[in-house]
Amino acid sequence: MATAKAKGAAGATPKKASRKIRILVGKPGLDGHDRGAKIIARALRDAGVEVIYTGLHQTPEMIVSAAAQEDVDGIGLSILSGAHNYLFPRIIQLLREKKMGDVVLFGGGIIPDADIPKLLKKGVDRVFTPGTPIQEIVDYVSTRVQPRK
Amino acid sequence: MYDRKKLAGIAARRKKWQDEALSPSLRKSPPRLDRFSTVSDEEIDLLYTPDPLSNFDYEEDLGYPGQYPYTRGVQPTMYRGRLWTMRQFAGFGSAEDTNARFKFLLAQGQTGLSTAFHFPTLMGYDSDSPRARGEVGMCGVAIDSLKDMEILFDGIPLDQVTTSMTINGPAAMVFAMYLAVAERQGVPFHKVGGTIQNDILKEYIAQHAWIFPPEPSMRIITDILAYCSENVPRWNTISISGYHIREAGSTAVQELAFTIADGIAYVQAGIEAGIPVDKFAPRLSYFFNAHTDFFEEIAKYRAARRMWARIMRERFHAKDENSWKLRFHTQTAGCTLTAQQPMNNVVRVALQALSGVLGGTQSLHTNSMDETLALPTEQAVTVALRTQQIIAEESGVANTIDPLGGSFFVEQLTNDMEEKAMEYIRKIDEMGGMVAAIKQGYPQREVADAAFHFQRLVDAGKKRIVGLNAYRSPEDTPIPLLKIDDRVEKRQVARTKEVRRKRDAKKARACLSALKEGSLDRKVNLMPLLVDAAREYVTLGEMCDTLRETMGVYTDPAMF
Repeated sequence: MATAKAKGAAGATPKKASRKIRILVGKPGLDGHDRGAKIIARALRDAGVEVIYTGLHQTPEMIVSAAAQEDVDGIGLSILSGAHNYLFPRIIQLLREKKMGDVVLFGGGIIPDADIPKLLKKGVDRVFTPGTPIQEIVDYVSTRVQPRK
Repeated sequence: MYDRKKLAGIAARRKKWQDEALSPSLRKSPPRLDRFSTVSDEEIDLLYTPDPLSNFDYEEDLGYPGQYPYTRGVQPTMYRGRLWTMRQFAGFGSAEDTNARFKFLLAQGQTGLSTAFHFPTLMGYDSDSPRARGEVGMCGVAIDSLKDMEILFDGIPLDQVTTSMTINGPAAMVFAMYLAVAERQGVPFHKVGGTIQNDILKEYIAQHAWIFPPEPSMRIITDILAYCSENVPRWNTISISGYHIREAGSTAVQELAFTIADGIAYVQAGIEAGIPVDKFAPRLSYFFNAHTDFFEEIAKYRAARRMWARIMRERFHAKDENSWKLRFHTQTAGCTLTAQQPMNNVVRVALQALSGVLGGTQSLHTNSMDETLALPTEQAVTVALRTQQIIAEESGVANTIDPLGGSFFVEQLTNDMEEKAMEYIRKIDEMGGMVAAIKQGYPQREVADAAFHFQRLVDAGKKRIVGLNAYRSPEDTPIPLLKIDDRVEKRQVARTKEVRRKRDAKKARACLSALKEGSLDRKVNLMPLLVDAAREYVTLGEMCDTLRETMGVYTDPAMF
């Protein structure tokens, strides 16, 4: 179920691509609020993206190891616990250690505006705040993230 | 209830009105929308009249407040005798920070306490666990041991204030610590009143703060039921919660159906554990969401009371009237608040709170305007509490019981809600009950589908949210936000390590091995063992780790 593929909109995958964009949707930390993550996972899948959803309560190590195993092009993180200032940079650090620095990392959730510039500086590509239409995130993924090989 | 001849007349005149008055008018001014529906997307008629309610029977379907089937309320006097408990949910940072907030809220006229724990506590980890990094004190208060609990309730007499604690996976451990604090204050257990949420089935469906798999979790819950019926008779042992099911994106009907189905599972488990139903059922309570669709919510509360009364009397043959009464806490819907134009949230909360009051709630939490951005500031939480006080003291809605009773619209919605929820309950019964349904992923899928459907409606502009997809402003006026001090984690980790260093290590070890042994024997009630462990400053993480070894852990099936 987690890696279910859907036909989806043709526009979401660039024509040149040898395979579909592959995104890991991750829930780092201990909060159980997965409504946003699940909605994004479904919307991306419906748009033709290959989605791997980690499920809840993942450590940074678990997320990066799943990302490596699944050879993903991007990671979308959703977090509401307020622990983003620790967890996001930690995941970026682990990606770099594993030579996966080209994996695009984006996220969203309850993230105060004041924290966003700091996260971007540490290597988060984009932070979506509450109320973002799902299409905006789908469009972002389909233009910003490319299959890595 | 109605004269059949009169009803036929009403139906005929309605038809005439539709043909002669409505149709020409609709041609001139067509409806604003193709389809009118509630926030749960249930279609709403243009007008409600007595004729579709022909089977409605006043005595059987409504009755009187304080009497079966309690549609109009569970007490004969309702708010004339006593207002609902104003119970603002609070918790952040250290036990000291939250104790100060508790005292502030009590000084502002709050009438009951409600504790929010941080995620490590909710998941059964101590603050010094690697799993807790970055999370300590962020979304609630850090409670690792009795030491933290003593500080949390310092200067708050537990025989005078009732406390609600939102805790599920480690409910038994936190409750044991609460009892140990009461003991230190010299308050005997039979005088201790309050609520632990202790609703693990809802965790698997929606909130997702679990530790053990369903079966051992149900064993802990029945241990609590048995222990409290003997030792802590004023304690509400389970607050069966629809709140989080709704927050996860369910419809109102799903919230009602899955919550009542969870209630059925707990009663069934209690009976199977050999506890007579009337011994524990009066101490079960409910917790519902107050979402934005005003009338749908009111109907939901009224239907819930009637359904529970019928289920308890007819299905479980409870004899004590207190077993039939559905008492409930309400919280306004956090998921409806917008980060855009946050002051508007005050208005949303006021309307939602009003629906809870008109629906006959026993206790209410009103959300603060800033909660989509951070934990509430003192100013924001005061406005939220004042909202309740204005409804109670100024609006006049508490002057009579169930003022909307008899409204054609409200009665029809209440009937529809009951019927649709009972359909879900029948399906769940066919699957073998809620535990089996959860294992099949049934309620989880239903909720995820509903959440996705609603998001699509919002994105398509078919459901309008002020400030979000309608009436947007280019820039929001910023409001002050509460920031959790980064030093909280360091201090808390140091305190927990010190507690472990200072306690009697031998006694603590003995408590843990007794707990382990007890967990292997189904006949042993774990509660007294946990209270012993709490007294010896065994930490929450240690208690949970011991039981993880023997009971196993639950992992997310990762469905979307």
